Amino acid sequence: MDRFTRALAAFFTYAFLGIMAFLSVFPFIWMVMGATNTSIDIVKGKVGIGSALMDNIRAFATTVDVPLVFWNSIKIALIATALTLIVASLAGYGFEVFRSKYRERVYSAILLTLMVPFAALMIPLFIMMGKLGLIDTHWAVILPTIGSAFVIFYFRQSTKAFPSELRDAARVDGLKEWQIFLLIYVPVMRSTYAAAFIIVFMASWNNYLWPLIVLQSNEMKTITLVVSSLASAYYPDFGAVMVSAILATLPTLIVFFVMQRQFVQGMIGSVK
Amino acid sequence: MASANRSLNRYFNINGWFFVAPAALLIGVFMVYPILYSLWMSFQTGKGMMTQFGGLANIKRLFDDPMFVLALYNTMIFFIVQVPVMLTLALFLASLLDNPNLKFRGLIRTAIFLPCVSSLVGYAVLFKSMFVQDGLINSTLVGLHITDQPIPWMTDPFWARVLIIIAITWRWTGYNMIFFLAALQNIDKSIYEASRIDGVPSWGRFFYLTVPMLKPVILFTTVTSTIGTLQLFDEVRNIMTSDAGSAAGPSNSALTLSVYIYNLTFKFVPSFGYAATVSYVIVLAVALLAIIQFYALREKD
Repeated sequence: MDRFTRALAAFFTYAFLGIMAFLSVFPFIWMVMGATNTSIDIVKGKVGIGSALMDNIRAFATTVDVPLVFWNSIKIALIATALTLIVASLAGYGFEVFRSKYRERVYSAILLTLMVPFAALMIPLFIMMGKLGLIDTHWAVILPTIGSAFVIFYFRQSTKAFPSELRDAARVDGLKEWQIFLLIYVPVMRSTYAAAFIIVFMASWNNYLWPLIVLQSNEMKTITLVVSSLASAYYPDFGAVMVSAILATLPTLIVFFVMQRQFVQGMIGSVK
Repeated sequence: MASANRSLNRYFNINGWFFVAPAALLIGVFMVYPILYSLWMSFQTGKGMMTQFGGLANIKRLFDDPMFVLALYNTMIFFIVQVPVMLTLALFLASLLDNPNLKFRGLIRTAIFLPCVSSLVGYAVLFKSMFVQDGLINSTLVGLHITDQPIPWMTDPFWARVLIIIAITWRWTGYNMIFFLAALQNIDKSIYEASRIDGVPSWGRFFYLTVPMLKPVILFTTVTSTIGTLQLFDEVRNIMTSDAGSAAGPSNSALTLSVYIYNLTFKFVPSFGYAATVSYVIVLAVALLAIIQFYALREKD
């Protein structure tokens, strides 16, 4: 290639990537700008900082009990994530370390559930939660998400890298299997736990359809449900909607920027 | 020795089940039991809790139900158009970003990845606010003379579907790009060097070297995107519907199977049996497409 074609190719590459990067980031900027504009300005497509931020926050805070709703979301996401990590790491370790013919069959069956769409579960789950008297409780949201085939798979794949010498040495020293798990496996696999934490926390935080079905009273609702109901009003107050969207996005955005490396590693590690 | 071995085996076996039991139990109760229950329900007819065995009545009803046909059609359109567009774009972006001499590489990668960190409902709502009739997107498009008239994103069936496709593509392209990028970085670059010396043009290197080597990742991203798209719910409900009605976009042009199941169960007079039947259409579609994709993209010996 001569210099001219090469320069042209470079120009188009940077132009294309620049446009893509801009389009990817712009809605975030729009969200922050929108929080400072009136609903009318937002709907007219005003670009720029306005002066309605305090009004929007006030409008949002008077229609919704913001701290409660935010706390509901945090609580559900943290409990669900902690329980998922415990259950899935036990199972991933168990399947990888204590292999047997029957357990491999159970494992295959568990992997098969990855393909089950949630729509096919929601009606029986709803009836089940009704019978258990758990409708409109946070446990109804948390319980069905704990047994996650994907996270079990992730832990089993990661356990393949856990050195068997460590385990053998511990057995010689007379440690029980649960002690080996708790005292050796868990500390050694810190980064696996960190990556899994991010994946599960994000999924739980973003969960929408199932909470929409089981959480009915306003005191129980999560931030995701509040954003949705504010925006689906006949004449939505988009200023308040923007403020609520920022609140819904902030935790996952913070987790991403603080733990970017584990984040990407966790995603990729799950495919290998 | 034999008996020592046997007792060791038993010890391992008990421990193995102990570790696996909580997960197996939870998946059994909250996954396996509901999916079987759904299958049983799909043979029941009636409203609410008053049901009786209806044999294949629900399956027959599917074919006479224009709403179901529309929902199936829309879901398939979203799948057929959106998944290839997104994955092609993701692969293209990844191959551009794989160049180590590229300036601002990390910055561009983070920017393109950022959408998949956004809140699902949050971003849907942002798109709703940007694509309103006289809103940001339309005034920009008209201002740049790309169109003379505002595009009816929310009122025309065709454009409503385009909007949903744009939204999902925005949210998930960067996510898929990261998988491609990771796989590209594992490829031994000397293969490219050799083929370049042999005079293979860059597009040839891309199609005859890169794509075949990325097959496992392409399979993974295709299957996960398929499962995701066939279950599409959040975007449609938050961009296209309002609390006032159950219509999903103009003339239900964005109605997906998941939204229809939700409507059948929680918006209309509940018809659990029929809703379960519709949900099994998604189960079958996911299984069928996953098998097809698996065979089409499997490693050939």
